[in-house]
Amino acid sequence: MRLFEFEAREVVKRAGIPVTDFGFATSADEARKIAERIGGPTVIKSQVLTGGRMKAGGVKFADTPDEAAEHAEAILKLEIGGHMPRGVLVDPKAEVKQEYYAGVVWDGIRKQPVMLFSDMGGIDIEQVAEEHPDHVGRGHFSTLQPVSEYQAKQVIAQTGVTGSALTRMTPILTRLARLFVERDMTLAEINPLGETAEGHFIALDAHMDMENEARPRQNALLADLGVGGEETRQAREPTPFELAGEEVDSQDHRGVAGNVTEFDGNLGLVIGAGGGSLTLFDAVRAHGGKPANYCEIGGNPSVAKACGLAKLVLQKPGVDKIAVMMSIVSNTRVDIVARGVIKACIELGMDPAEKIAIFRIPGAWEEEGFKILERYGVEYADRSVSMHEAARRAVEKIPA
Amino acid sequence: MRQDALFIGVEVGDEFVDDAELAAKLEAACPVDIYANDSGRVEIVEKNLDECILCRLCMDASPPGAVKVIKLYEDGAVLQ
Amino acid sequence: MSILLSSETTFIVQGITGREAVNLTRECLDYGAGAKVVGGVTPGRKGREVHGVPVFDTVAQAVEHHGSPIDGSVVTVPPAFTKDAVLEAIANGIKIVVIVTERIPRSDVAQMVEFAAAHEARIIGPNCLGIIVPDVIKMGGIGGPAKDAAKAYSPGSVGVISRSGGMTTEMSSTLTAAGLGQSTAVSIGGDAIIGQSYAELMPLFEADEETEAIVIYTEPGGRMEAELARWVTENNSRLPIVAFMAGRFMDEMPGMSFGHAGTIVEGKEDTATEKIARLAEAGIVVAEEISQIPDLVREKIAERAAA
Repeated sequence: MRLFEFEAREVVKRAGIPVTDFGFATSADEARKIAERIGGPTVIKSQVLTGGRMKAGGVKFADTPDEAAEHAEAILKLEIGGHMPRGVLVDPKAEVKQEYYAGVVWDGIRKQPVMLFSDMGGIDIEQVAEEHPDHVGRGHFSTLQPVSEYQAKQVIAQTGVTGSALTRMTPILTRLARLFVERDMTLAEINPLGETAEGHFIALDAHMDMENEARPRQNALLADLGVGGEETRQAREPTPFELAGEEVDSQDHRGVAGNVTEFDGNLGLVIGAGGGSLTLFDAVRAHGGKPANYCEIGGNPSVAKACGLAKLVLQKPGVDKIAVMMSIVSNTRVDIVARGVIKACIELGMDPAEKIAIFRIPGAWEEEGFKILERYGVEYADRSVSMHEAARRAVEKIPA
Repeated sequence: MRQDALFIGVEVGDEFVDDAELAAKLEAACPVDIYANDSGRVEIVEKNLDECILCRLCMDASPPGAVKVIKLYEDGAVLQ
Repeated sequence: MSILLSSETTFIVQGITGREAVNLTRECLDYGAGAKVVGGVTPGRKGREVHGVPVFDTVAQAVEHHGSPIDGSVVTVPPAFTKDAVLEAIANGIKIVVIVTERIPRSDVAQMVEFAAAHEARIIGPNCLGIIVPDVIKMGGIGGPAKDAAKAYSPGSVGVISRSGGMTTEMSSTLTAAGLGQSTAVSIGGDAIIGQSYAELMPLFEADEETEAIVIYTEPGGRMEAELARWVTENNSRLPIVAFMAGRFMDEMPGMSFGHAGTIVEGKEDTATEKIARLAEAGIVVAEEISQIPDLVREKIAERAAA
């Protein structure tokens, strides 16, 4: 999950890395007050999770507190990349003589985090790495013990940086690496890390992504930052349909009915498990089908959970029929899912034979499941029918 | 005493309904809470019937024939 | 033969008294020749029994009771405690650790993996269904109850490696139906950092005389496929590889998270299209549909034999 810039800066600050004397405002008035406190020229920055703020007019310079308020007013109303800002950051306009880059990211092949550093900050690090490899230092590090300063020093020294710049930035990169591990980040970047005329270093911007799986153990920090437990921080906000899906999943701990994502087609999908869902979604599209949704059922869901999910999908406007399909299941019971989806139809006053385009879940308790499906006249397929073929049959049943 | 939901029905012999010991055993045995112990009386929780996983733990906990689990989707076949 | 496991493999189940563990212990005992599940560990529950398997408080007690080193462990302990359980297993001489648990933070996984490497142990997973040598032994919930696993898996010469547990069984079942059995099937897990990637298992399959071809299941996200392509090219592998890739639709939705934790498309190198191209360069065939896999495998084996 992505943190807003103002949150990321706070995290960086707590790690002992110098930051500017910034403030977070949700109104023009608050922005004015912060600008007054800062007492000099400021930068007003929209707090959205998407990029391209500068281009969209979400970053403005202000010479006076009144101007700061004016810009804040406008930016607070400005939608960028489909997102409305959470607020604005009011930053003292910094005078820097050079910009650097400091970052930490996971290397899934080496299975270790890696520190990245460049003396060419302020631009896209990937671009720098490609065009000026000598200006990028990297160093993998073990997570079995806390990062020691020499490790960061080595990375910075690779770029040729020396003198007091080296000795002053070493602790900064070290602290960034430590916070990366301690705070369960998947990305932690300070770009640019600015050097003032006096040779001091400050984080002028910060970008952090925290691993979703770690949220439970980072609760205290997240609560402190004001991050709501229900916020997913995905590339876009969840729709009511998706939130309803989460509701179905969270109401009952038996099994999983997850990752419900809304699309706008006419074939509702009750699919799983993870890999199976991806495969089936591809298959439906390959056959020209128009999915109304994506989802991942798995684990050992109760009849109630399977029913809840099926009902949600069946009632989605525009859905003509649903297809219930999974890869061969080991710990999900075919008969339980069959009960759930049939019950959903019946409770909605629909005919399961008509509404369920196909049921293709081979595996555990399939004989029992087939009995139920036959009793209700639902068309089903066993393992001799591939997932691809099952998807085709489902798509065929939807009127063009 | 018999209760049917959509897929599963459960029948408890009338002579066993007020067996307090059985009521307690059934409530403890069922992993999906089909049975409740209503002050020493066996109660069938209708809303949980369709969650039955055919585990037979209720049958194992009862005197032979006291409890019957019926598969309504299989022409009333009784779980053996 | 097989990789990683044999009929002689002994293992414990950590977290054995939990619902999922009780289930999979039964399955492992019933499958094939019947696994040698020599103990279970749940702190505080020493003295109990699960399907006849004695439960201990510590791994050390289980090893002592067994009287000789124990080969493996299946770990089902909740995410907050998994790292501790895995370190305990490895510190007590266990060499193959199958981690079923999902949602473990990456930094914990990185630590476990490093610790394992330092002790010459292998971790399979996390977030995986385990390993199966058809008709011989299974470690983990893979394939489900014994009679279901027996339907889907059959002994043969194809090594199967999959990031999705369910798809390991789906692909193996397709192979079985076409008369192509599996030497060993490994569900390697869906997370961004896992114990053994495709490339890391290849040397084991390469050394296994029984294995004649490899089938892999893969998804967008991460660079494990590129790593595999590199390995195959650098090592002049004798094993033809047929791949199936799911989640192609994700190329159109960067930053959204579907499937497993490791499946987020961020940047060009991770996309399905990129990966397929990279695999093709290394001579790895990517099937359009799973039903095509058996024919492609036969074709590739014949090609190698003729060459």
